[in-house]
Amino acid sequence: MDFDLSEEQKLLKQSAHDFLSKECPRELVRRIEAGDEEFPPALWKKMAGLGWMGLVIPEEYGGSGGSFLDLVMLFEEIGYKICPGPLFSSVVFGSLPILMAGSREQKKEFLPGIARGEITVTMALTEPSASYDPSSIHVKATARGDEYTLSGTKLFVPYATGADYLLCVAKTGEKKRPEKCISIFIVKNKIPGITITSLTTLAGDRQCEVVFDDVTVANTGILGTRDKGWPIVEAILENASLVSCAEMIGGAQAVMDMSLQYARERTQFNRPIGSFQVIQNYFADMWTDINAARYLLHKAAWKISEGIDAGMDVAMAKSRTGEAYRRVTTLGHQIFGGIGFTKEHDMHLFHERSITGDLNLGQGAFHRERVARRLGL
Amino acid sequence: MNFDFTEEEKQFRQEVEDFAKTELPADWDEKALYWPAGYGTLPGLEKEFKEFHDELLLKLGRKGWLTIGWPEEYGGMNSMIKHAIFDDVMSYHRAPGGDVSNAIAGPTILLVGSDDLKKEWLPRIGRGELRFWLGYSEPNAGSDLASIKTRAVDNGDEFILNGQKIWSSGAHIADYAWVLAKTDPDAPRYAGETLMIVDNKSPGITIRPIENICGICSFNEVFFDDVRVPKKNIVGEVNKGFYCVMMALLYERLFVGIGAFRRVLDELVEFAKETEHNGQPLAKDPLTRDKLAAMAIEIEILYGFYWKTAWLMDKGQVPVLEASVLKLFGTELGRKLAGAAMEILGMYGQLKRGSKWAPLRGLVSLGYMDSVSGPIGAGTSEVQRGIIATRGLGLPRK
Repeated sequence: MDFDLSEEQKLLKQSAHDFLSKECPRELVRRIEAGDEEFPPALWKKMAGLGWMGLVIPEEYGGSGGSFLDLVMLFEEIGYKICPGPLFSSVVFGSLPILMAGSREQKKEFLPGIARGEITVTMALTEPSASYDPSSIHVKATARGDEYTLSGTKLFVPYATGADYLLCVAKTGEKKRPEKCISIFIVKNKIPGITITSLTTLAGDRQCEVVFDDVTVANTGILGTRDKGWPIVEAILENASLVSCAEMIGGAQAVMDMSLQYARERTQFNRPIGSFQVIQNYFADMWTDINAARYLLHKAAWKISEGIDAGMDVAMAKSRTGEAYRRVTTLGHQIFGGIGFTKEHDMHLFHERSITGDLNLGQGAFHRERVARRLGL
Repeated sequence: MNFDFTEEEKQFRQEVEDFAKTELPADWDEKALYWPAGYGTLPGLEKEFKEFHDELLLKLGRKGWLTIGWPEEYGGMNSMIKHAIFDDVMSYHRAPGGDVSNAIAGPTILLVGSDDLKKEWLPRIGRGELRFWLGYSEPNAGSDLASIKTRAVDNGDEFILNGQKIWSSGAHIADYAWVLAKTDPDAPRYAGETLMIVDNKSPGITIRPIENICGICSFNEVFFDDVRVPKKNIVGEVNKGFYCVMMALLYERLFVGIGAFRRVLDELVEFAKETEHNGQPLAKDPLTRDKLAAMAIEIEILYGFYWKTAWLMDKGQVPVLEASVLKLFGTELGRKLAGAAMEILGMYGQLKRGSKWAPLRGLVSLGYMDSVSGPIGAGTSEVQRGIIATRGLGLPRK
């Protein structure tokens, strides 16, 4: 057993923390969230310079060959600083599926560009049913000679407006078991037939509706093998769930740290409110909640890094983390009192992300059902 | 990071597993109804099991398994992780493992005891020859341990002990008391108490068993009436007893009966699969599935805190925060698990041990009652949260 981070991981976390403290202040987070500004290209370039987009891409494709656990460590810091932007979607919904399923040519074509930050990719997976079940995929890919045409609507597609490519998950047949006829298409964004509409969301995080209307894709655009797309989607959902957990745990840690500082300074009844047992109890529960989730996250991420099946661990982590982040944020609000209910205070930024983080990629009950199945029920 | 065990640790687990299977009586599963993280159903405290437990302790002593976490020079294996593995396996079988002797008395003597004290007591504890009970709490000193009134007065080569202890788990089946007594009533708080070993057979000791709400006599009230305690039985320095107590509390907190959580979950999953409810297996009911999954997640988290605490101890750290979280989380989980188990069993949950209709041999009805004890005994949840916030996170006391 070893609960310690490696020296490289500590360094990665520290440098990310320092970098984001300087480059991604809360004012920037607020401007982007309000839609007053898009994610600054200069900042994106600097992040690419730090190797973040290529962290888990092997060296032969222009990355640094880090582990999935390294990625999770980085995203705890991203979450701590609630840094917005397409990093999550491009790394998790772009590079990882290409790495997992892409042909050598596809890897060579896309991965170095993603690693350099020159290409951004996202995945068009969920549809208006807002479900992660293979039966919910209705976007249809119809074969016509050497081509396919894609038709249908995708919803909650992250950062679709700015992406260069979309990985569209579509049906390539009709079978009793829908997971046996799903394929992933690499589609150049903004080609004729694609209509993108931004959704107005709680955290202003650039999720979109993407409508495909007879969009033509060459059959070389299939990622990996036709009809074999669903296992890739499943694996990506596991990875994405964990990276999302990392962001949420980072955010929850930030809430606790902010609240701790406030509870030491804020005086009522001639003593710091942090000296009241009720407030102290909140902190004991926050610490417990955060570190419970962190253990599940690290264990699951470690398993993925080691190539061990982590299905149970991922489901446990996602189910527990979303709910923990919400509880921690609610307690943080209680500690900050009235000021936390104002826009000028930062608590609302975390409150929004705690609920959207819980909702996206499967809520508590969804993942508990996955745990139940793995318990043999 | 690494969440796997070494080959040696895995082998050790197998060895303990084999031991439990061969040494526990064939009908042990029927008899032992220990509820995880409860203090009222520990089989080691029941008079009925005393003979068996005495023998088991000697066997464990011969294996060297009562001193796993101790340094090698005192016959230990210097590994809290292995100690934690041992307790995981034993508690899965609801078997008594260690107790106050090797979890509190031994480690405290190792930390603060004189050479003579070490020579006299450590080998006997290691061999499993004797049992201690913990003489801390009093009628007016529960969470506020510094308020104890039991008085030890200096009388040349001995102390004369007078007073009363309560919630004394296992005093009725133990050989020695591990007593905290006031030696300087005028000293400031925490500076006038002394820790001492008292022979249970000393004249002037009266032990009155108290029946807990499970119907088991697990604890007692104990009266000291001019009991003579030789000075060589003082543990650590006179008037420094409070610190000796605090130092060893960490070790006690690893004892959450962690394997028994796993066991209850396994048994409930089996129950859900085998039980028909509304024309289908209970295992297909979404609410039941959700409850069992939620419990599986909480139990996995408890293991996280458990291994991390042991790992920190092996690194030579004093995991004040983690140990308190482990105790808090484990005992509260004991209650949650009892509630979930009752809801899954439905009306059958109320059936007690002995009823032919009782699922899980009546374990759940007993466990539901015992689950009250965990968050109260050995430092209440409120005390643990206070420790986490002040000593762990540095929040001000005033």
